[in-house]
Parts: sequence; C-alpha cells; structure tokens
Amino acid sequence: MAIILDHVSHIYEKDTQMAAFALKDVCLTIPDGQFIGLIGHTGSGKSTLVQHLNGLLAPTGGHIYFNGRDIHDDGFDKKELRSKVGLVFQYPEHQLFEVDVFTDVCFGPKNLGLSQKEIQLRAFDALRQVGFPEEYFYQSPFDLSGGQKRRVAIAGVLAMKPEVLVLDEPTAGLDPKGRDEILDRIAALKAETGITVVLVSHSMEDIARYVDRIIVMNRGSVLFDDVPKEVFGHYRELEAVGLAAPQVTYIMQALREKGMSVRTDVTTLEEAEREIMRSLGGEWG
Amino acid sequence: MGIIQASKLVFEYIRRDEEGNAEGVTRAVDHVDLDVRQGEFVAILGHNGSGKSTLAKHINAILYPTEGTVLVDGKDTKDEAYVWEIRQKAGMVFQNPDNQIIGQVVEEDVGFGPENMGVPTKEIWERVEESLRAVGMYEFRKHSPNKLSGGQKQRVSIAGVIAMHPKCIILDEPTAMLDPNGRKEVIRAVRALNQVENVTILLITHYMEEVIYADRVLVMDQGRVEMQGTPREVFSRVERLKQLRLDVPQVTMLAHELKKKGVPLPDGILTTQELTEAILRISDI
Amino acid sequence: MLRDITLGQYYQTDSVIHRLDPRVKLVGTILYIISLFTFGHFTGFAVAALFLAIMIRLSRVPFRYMVKGMKAILFLLLLTVVFNLFLTPGEVLVQVWKLTITKEGLRLSVFMAVRLSFLIIGSSLMTLTTTPNNLTDGMEKLMSPLKKVRVPVHEIAMMMSIALRFIPILMEETDKIMKAQIARGADFESGNLIRKAKAMVPLLVPLFISAFRRANDLAMAMEARCYQGGEGRTKMKPLKYKRRDAVAYSVLALYVAALAAVRIAEGLLL
Repeated sequence: MAIILDHVSHIYEKDTQMAAFALKDVCLTIPDGQFIGLIGHTGSGKSTLVQHLNGLLAPTGGHIYFNGRDIHDDGFDKKELRSKVGLVFQYPEHQLFEVDVFTDVCFGPKNLGLSQKEIQLRAFDALRQVGFPEEYFYQSPFDLSGGQKRRVAIAGVLAMKPEVLVLDEPTAGLDPKGRDEILDRIAALKAETGITVVLVSHSMEDIARYVDRIIVMNRGSVLFDDVPKEVFGHYRELEAVGLAAPQVTYIMQALREKGMSVRTDVTTLEEAEREIMRSLGGEWG
Repeated sequence: MGIIQASKLVFEYIRRDEEGNAEGVTRAVDHVDLDVRQGEFVAILGHNGSGKSTLAKHINAILYPTEGTVLVDGKDTKDEAYVWEIRQKAGMVFQNPDNQIIGQVVEEDVGFGPENMGVPTKEIWERVEESLRAVGMYEFRKHSPNKLSGGQKQRVSIAGVIAMHPKCIILDEPTAMLDPNGRKEVIRAVRALNQVENVTILLITHYMEEVIYADRVLVMDQGRVEMQGTPREVFSRVERLKQLRLDVPQVTMLAHELKKKGVPLPDGILTTQELTEAILRISDI
Repeated sequence: MLRDITLGQYYQTDSVIHRLDPRVKLVGTILYIISLFTFGHFTGFAVAALFLAIMIRLSRVPFRYMVKGMKAILFLLLLTVVFNLFLTPGEVLVQVWKLTITKEGLRLSVFMAVRLSFLIIGSSLMTLTTTPNNLTDGMEKLMSPLKKVRVPVHEIAMMMSIALRFIPILMEETDKIMKAQIARGADFESGNLIRKAKAMVPLLVPLFISAFRRANDLAMAMEARCYQGGEGRTKMKPLKYKRRDAVAYSVLALYVAALAAVRIAEGLLL
C-alpha cells in the first residue's frame, strides 16, 4: 500500500508560449507509515507535487499509482482517493465556511455519503485527535485564533479517515508556541494511528526534529531524498538552491573545522548538546 | 525628545456576541510606556494576541487611546488637526502585501502616498525613483505587482511608505506571510533604511531571528510590556520567553541548554559564530 | 478556464494607439459604436471596416489574439444572428417546417453580426491598448464636469481601479478555495441546478469573508497613506493632450465626415 510516482511531469500552460515545467520526471515512492518532510523554496514545484498526490492536478506525463492502481485510469474513484489522501492547504480560511466548528468538520464525511451517526462520530474523533477543546465545538470557526482554525482545518480532513495526511505549511503565520503545539499534535497523531504524514515546511529546524525522511525539491525535480542526516550533510548544495540546514549543523561544522572532534551529521538540538558535552569531556558532564 | 512617545497608553474595546450585545470589555493595551529616539531600531515581540499590533496602530493614528497619550514627533494623535501630518511622519507597512498595494503598476503604487499628500508631479517622480532604489526594486517599476514574489511585494509596500518621507516606519508583522528568502529580503531592506537613511524603525514580529539586529527589543504579553532590553539581554532569559509563548534562535537555545549542564558560556548568545568561538575558548584547542 | 478570457485584457506593446491619451480612445470608441448604428448599407460598413482595420494595424496587437478573445462571446453572437434570421417578418426566401427565412431577416442578421463583431473588436481595441489605470484616469477626467452635479466621479474611478486590481487576486483565491474543498470531497460539477447552486456555498462563504477582510485591510492601508478622497490630490501621471492626440481627433472627425458623406450620397442615389 503506497503512493508511487512514476516519471511524473507537469507542464503549466501546455501548448502555449508560456509553457513551463513545474515537475520534471519525478519518481517517488511514499510507503505506509512514514513521516516525510518536503522542502524547497517557493516555485520549486512542491505545491504542484502535493496536488498530484490526491489527483487535484493530473500529470502531463507519467503515472501516479495509489495502492497499485493508476489514479487517472477511467473508473478510478477520485472522491475515494481524496478521502484516502487527505490534503490540508496552507490557509484554513480557504476551507472554513460552516456556522460552527462541528458542522464544518462534518463536511468531509458528509460528502462521502456516510450515515448521520457515522459522520458525527468521525467529526468528534477528528476534533479530539487534533486536541480541539470541546467547549468550542459550537463556536463559529471564524472567531477562532489562528492556531485553533488550523486545528479545525486539519480535523476537517482527518474526519475522512485518510491513510495519508499531506500538510502544506501547517504552521505559517503562527507564533512559536502555536507552531510547536500543532507540530507536536501531528507527531502524536502519527504515533497513535500510524498514518503516513507528508509535511511541507520552510523551517529546517522543525523538519529535522520530526521527520524520518526528507525530499528536497528544486526546479521541479527531486534534488535529495534521504534521511535528514544525509540531506543536511549537503548543506552547501542546499544553500545554492536557496535553502539551509538547521543552525546546529553549522555549529558542528564550524567546531569540526576548528579542530574539535565532534560528529557533523547532527541535525537536532538534543543531539548537538550530547555531542558537544561528549567532546568537551567529563569536566562539566 | 523621542520621535514616538507613548505614556500610560490603554486601549479597550467592547466584545460583542453574535447579536451585537456587549459581552464585556477587553483591554488590548495596558499601561504601555514607550519612548523611541530618532534613528533607533526597536523590535516588538509577542505571541498572537499579545497586543503588539494594536499598539502599532496607535502610532499611525488608526486607533486612538482609551487612556493615556501617544505623541508622534511631539504631536498628540488624538488631535484631529494633526492626523494627516502624523500619518505622513509615521508610515505603516502591514502584514498582507496584497491588501496594501493599490496601484496596478509598481511605480504608480509607490506614487500613491505622495499623490494623496499633494506633492507636485515632478517631485512625485523623483520620490518614486529614490524610494524604489532604496529597496532595490527600481528595475521592477513597470511591473504589475501581481507578478512579484511576496518579498518583492513587501519591498514595494515599504517603498510606498518611504516616498512619503516619513521620520519613522512601523512594520506590523511584515514577514508573517513570506518564505525564508522573502523574509531575509525584507529585513535587509529595513536594516539598510535604518542604517543608511537613519529612518526610525519599529518592527513588530514573532520571528526571533529578525530582532537580533535591533537596538532594543520589547516583549509584550496581555497588552503589557513584559521585558525590555538589548536583544542579548532579552534572549538570555530563555525560560521567561518560553512562558510568553515565544522562542529563541536554535543557537541561543543550544547555548542555554549547555549552560544548564554547567558549561561556562556567556549569556544571550545570538549567532552560530559567537557560540562556536565561546565553545572553542573553553575546549583548550 | 477563467484565465482563457483574454477579451480586453491589456496587451503590452508599444504603438501609436498605445501612446494616445485615454480620453481620445474613449471618445473615439464611443463615436465608433454610435456610428455603427447610424447606417444600414454596405458602403457604410465598408468605411467602418476600413477604419477598424487601420486602427488594428496601428495598434500592433496581433489580430489572432483579438479573435481568440472573442470566442467567449461567440455564443451571444450566434444567438443574435439566429433570432434575427428566423424572427424577422418579410419576403419569404426559404421555409422549412415552421422556420422561415426572409430577405429582410437575412439582411438584418448579417448586419447585426457585423455590427456586433465590430463593436466588440472596437471596444476591446481600446482596453487592449490602454492600461486599466489609464482608462479610469481618462474616465475621471472626461466625467469631471459631472462633479458639479454632485456625481462622485473620483470615487467611481477609484472604485473601478481597485476592482480591476483585485480581480486577478480573487480569481486565484477562488481557485485555491475550490481545491481545498474538492480535497474534502466537495463536488462542484455533478447534479442538477439546485444541487449545483447549493454546492457553491462552501466556495462562496470563504471567498466573501476573504474579500471583506481584504477590503478592510485595504481601507486601513489607504488611510495610513494619507488617502482622503480626491480633494487636494496631485497626479503622478497627469493627462495632457499632445500633438498626436490632436491628430487622432482629426482622424476621428474625418471618419465621421466620411460616413456622413456616404450617407448623403446614398440618399441622393436612392
């Protein structure tokens, strides 16, 4: 059970003079249960890529398989695909529309044609999973804070019981605490349910902290696809395409250059702390 | 005398329920004193809803104090006779670049402020040129704003304010909707204005990396100024910042954690270089 | 979909027509449209066609580009032709079942088709060669005598130019909202009319809320930049007639004179 992208290309405005490659010969496999970080600067093709995963955009070349079947075959149920591959866009304001939070979260399961009871059950579960407080269930979604709106938007997709959850910059515009809360929630959800998560983010520190695989997009192609340690080891190449490694990686590199015996494949705060302590010796440890 | 002086500033508004009945009074700004020198770069930090934006809107005479006074270049914002003079002297840049660009061509947008002020045509052109050059957007003067990146749009917004020849610029979360590269562009432009043109800057943000260049940082919470000092002073109080829903750059956090373990490092480390040097100094290499 | 509508979107190039004062183009377009309805003979159309052809040539906008934009209103054009063709009483030419084509009907429908296409091409030529801002400036200036009778001319012009600025932004936003809702299983395509109308709610609510928020933000941003209405405002690009505008007005006068001459000649001949 997986999503497989087989030589996928996407050209915008095909057949016109403005034709431009948004994706170029992308081959990827997204197996069950991974936590994947997707990075790339604006215009690198990552948004186009995620919209291919649930069939919102169709490739102009290549094939996409979900659980073994080509999603653009005749007779393939796109609606079901969209319930299995849940995509949460960047701005919750683009999807909230109902009179209260609970009804809004019901929208997804309702579209799946489920029974009233099942719909409500799922909405309730989803709101609980994102840690949305019960006393606000019947509030208007428009009066909520940015962080709470984000939770409702994610719940609205979770209520369809997806196998894959794709989040496009779920923390944009949130303050640091709000950002950590959302990401911790997603990590907890991942641990509880084993759902596959694809996280699009600009923050290398966040990515390094949560994911077990990073896909770096550049000019419509996959530049790197590996575990965080390996990817951030290429920090010079990342900088060349307008990205960077987490700050701790740079510190370790600098310490190593100056002759300290530290590992340089460090990507998180905790690792850096351990590594520096070890290198400084027992003196303060 | 300071260019901006707020004393015992209080701003309250009445909360209303859906039927419009008053539910209670919210105090968004609570006894704030602020004195900003000409040419100073002041950053205001705070989580979403801490009152920092409300404070900013007082300086541009968009909001008026419930109690206390705000003086801009010695003029009371409450005095209606000075409203336009104050708005010209204290220019404001908002969060969403799309919602503050009025012109359909970059240069026309930058000319909007001077047009409103009744500046003669010839001088408008001079001001537009100098402002666009100051933010490095001169070669885009004939472009449509819709085709620009977020960072470029925000630089156009800044140019639009500079063209009014203000003494100070208030930027209300100008980078919240931008990607990391856009954020860097905008901050670079702001710093250049401050250093080269000696424009007073009041930067409101919740990105910690952006405030390390400020002369002074204010941290707001629940409408009050909770902390104040140089970036180094403020960032040395990591625990307190965390309580206020804020964060510190990853280097600062690493230094803080190492210190907790007993490593003798100085307080308030802000850059990777500082930390590297400090560690090397004690590691007898 | 939406972006296929090229009808009247500014086409950037440098030509005499592009450089003309927007007022000339506005007056010219209005005169041209009126002229299309004042004659009913082929010679008149020939003069109008010649005039239009010269203008298109001068504008350096590719003719193909204009025709592509017309596709959107082809249906309207066909409808008018069909109505005129079958519903005009007169001398019967062909009769199939209950449908009759009369000589007058044929004539009228051909004239109508030509008129409408000239009208559309003529007015899109104006918008193709004039930036929206320039156009609103021109309108403001032309209508300024109406200020005396308390018509808010400046406000109308400002409103138009803001609307034009936000159309592409809101179109893009519509696309994003649609995608977000489709991702939640929304269906905007199938079902009857009532179901389709109901399906629009999840699209329209976020769109309206966003539009209001933008309006609010924009108003604040304009005030922060000292906007206080049209009084005491100066212009970065004030409209000033140049020599070429005088020439253009003369050409327009010639066109009107030529048409009048044709009409008088026709009257004499008949």
